[in-house]
Amino acid sequence: MPAAATSPAGADWVLVTDDPLPVADALSWAVVPRCGAVVTFCGTVRDHSVGRDGVEHLHYECYEEHASARLADVLADARRRWPVLGRVALLHRTGHLDLKEVSVVVVASAPHRAEAFEAARHCIDTLKATVPIWKRETWSGGSDWASCSREITEVSDAPR
Amino acid sequence: MARLRLLGPARDAAGTARADVPGATVGEVLDHARARFGERFAVVLEHSATWLNGAPAARDESVGEDDEVAVLPPVSGG
Repeated sequence: MPAAATSPAGADWVLVTDDPLPVADALSWAVVPRCGAVVTFCGTVRDHSVGRDGVEHLHYECYEEHASARLADVLADARRRWPVLGRVALLHRTGHLDLKEVSVVVVASAPHRAEAFEAARHCIDTLKATVPIWKRETWSGGSDWASCSREITEVSDAPR
Repeated sequence: MARLRLLGPARDAAGTARADVPGATVGEVLDHARARFGERFAVVLEHSATWLNGAPAARDESVGEDDEVAVLPPVSGG
């Protein structure tokens, strides 16, 4: 699956980009006639983290050759678990992000809300554990890598 | 010899994102990297996962010059 900056022809959309994420495009793209529910999750840049007040901006970097493929793995795993899903978008921003900017987007459509909520929740939780991306925080007291990090796991290890 | 890829905090600690490192196995490549890049890198390495060509790798897997060994510290995407 190619990483597409514009909405793709198929039902899956994965993207890792330095550009602002196309949240509104992803939401409207996900609406299809057979689906009555669309859940959108956005992660945004917050002004604090554990022990770090006054966060000013973030810098995300990824393992470029594998980040998009991992997003695609997360998406494929969600489709296996919820075959009724309509369209699904997993988008992650890299590079410099200011406060309130959107760093990650999950959009999932389904015939009914339960599957859309469950799949979107599963996608963001699995993405955070399995996609090779690192966040560096700059706050009032300095700059360092995020302290809330976790050992990378395989998509197949995600809890059922 | 393999291509070594250092990511996020590992890149920071080593001062470089890529290097060609001798070694016939993943473990030998990592041992050379530890010796070359010093104590701060060694600490990061201890808490990192290792991939070979995009998949988790064991130390005893053999590598050639077309292989990429990557050091992946704990991730923080999202």
